[in-house]
Amino acid sequence: MPTFVYMTRCDGCGHCVDICPSDIMHIDKTYRRAYNIEPNMCWECYSCVKACPQHAIDVRGYADFAPLGHSVRVDRDERRGTIAWRIKFRDGTEKNFLSPITTKPWGQAIPQLKDVPAPTKEMRDSQLLYNEPKWIRMDDGGLRTLKDAGLRLKKGVYY
Amino acid sequence: MLDFNPFAALSASIPPAAMQGYVVLMAVLVAAGTLFDIVHKGSARYFFGEWRKSKGSRELGGGELAAIAAKTAVVDVLASGEFCNTKRRIAHLLTMYGFILHVVSTVVMVFAPGADPVWARLWWIGGLMVLVGGYWFWFFIRVDVAAEGSSPFRVMHADLFVLSLLAAVTLGLIWAWLVARGSGAAWLVFALYVIASTVLFGSVPWSKFAHMFFKPAAAFQKRVAHANGSAENLPTLTRDDPEQQARHSMELLRNAPMDMGLGIKREAPRHY
Repeated sequence: MPTFVYMTRCDGCGHCVDICPSDIMHIDKTYRRAYNIEPNMCWECYSCVKACPQHAIDVRGYADFAPLGHSVRVDRDERRGTIAWRIKFRDGTEKNFLSPITTKPWGQAIPQLKDVPAPTKEMRDSQLLYNEPKWIRMDDGGLRTLKDAGLRLKKGVYY
Repeated sequence: MLDFNPFAALSASIPPAAMQGYVVLMAVLVAAGTLFDIVHKGSARYFFGEWRKSKGSRELGGGELAAIAAKTAVVDVLASGEFCNTKRRIAHLLTMYGFILHVVSTVVMVFAPGADPVWARLWWIGGLMVLVGGYWFWFFIRVDVAAEGSSPFRVMHADLFVLSLLAAVTLGLIWAWLVARGSGAAWLVFALYVIASTVLFGSVPWSKFAHMFFKPAAAFQKRVAHANGSAENLPTLTRDDPEQQARHSMELLRNAPMDMGLGIKREAPRHY
């Protein structure tokens, strides 16, 4: 669902206007607050939500995965280098996540593939993708599974 | 020039009681306008509704609420702490303190014609502060000018407060300067000054004037929401927590400084 602006929080600073890749966040001419001029063209990239210094922009989740009463909010704290998410379900369950921001300065994160050793035959024949063992941390005690986390997949819909 | 008290000169032609009556009338207009604004826009109802909704994971005690109120008063009200843009914050501080100095010194000079000359000086300095902050805001910092590239001369309803404030202070200073020079045009400018001041103080229900009353309440509510854990549903986990720093997925930031700089906010948003 497209972004919307809490008018009482927005101070019209223009960061969302600058960052929106669709150029659909604009300043309202009457109220001088930001608003989404074309919600149909919003692809929920969350750029404006994360860029807003006043946390005045929010996105309502689709009803299939986020029924009414939920909340999905994010805080991108560049000073601390972290991004935090807080998910509230309508049954009161709450999930909190904190991760490092992995955005690199422009031009610095170009993979130097010619310097990487060619994959062995065994790697080529494997089901795993390039670098997959490394990045999903198979080197750190194997794949993460529901069983590891003490969870169990259940049939049906549970709220 | 800065020691010149224009109201003392004015009392030769207008009785001080009339001037005092006008100042009292303006104060009544502001009070009545603010009350009307609160009832008409439902801002107090909204504030208390938000207050009730923001039940967090813990109850705040009286002492904590007092500390939050003190912090709101010092950081958000006295230092305009809610502004993220430094230029806007400086412009707001200049305008706010200039306006307070200007209004208080006007009241003192009107009610005590023989007041210390320092009040006249404060009147001039306050007025000049309003002009610097206000015109800087009007021509360069205003959002539709800075973020949308609109012309600074596009005037509309939302500008009622800032324009009437700038008009009142500008005309007041020009009037005082003309009176000091003994110019005959002073009366014309004085009439415009009175009209601009009446619009400023009489238009409270339709202008942004009342923000000086409801904005501190909103800032207080925001701080309370963060303290009680509800935080308007925003995340409360931060890297300041040692337990979070020790987590496996935070290893990328193990040696990173706790203040990594402004990020995208190092550039002012004006790439419309």
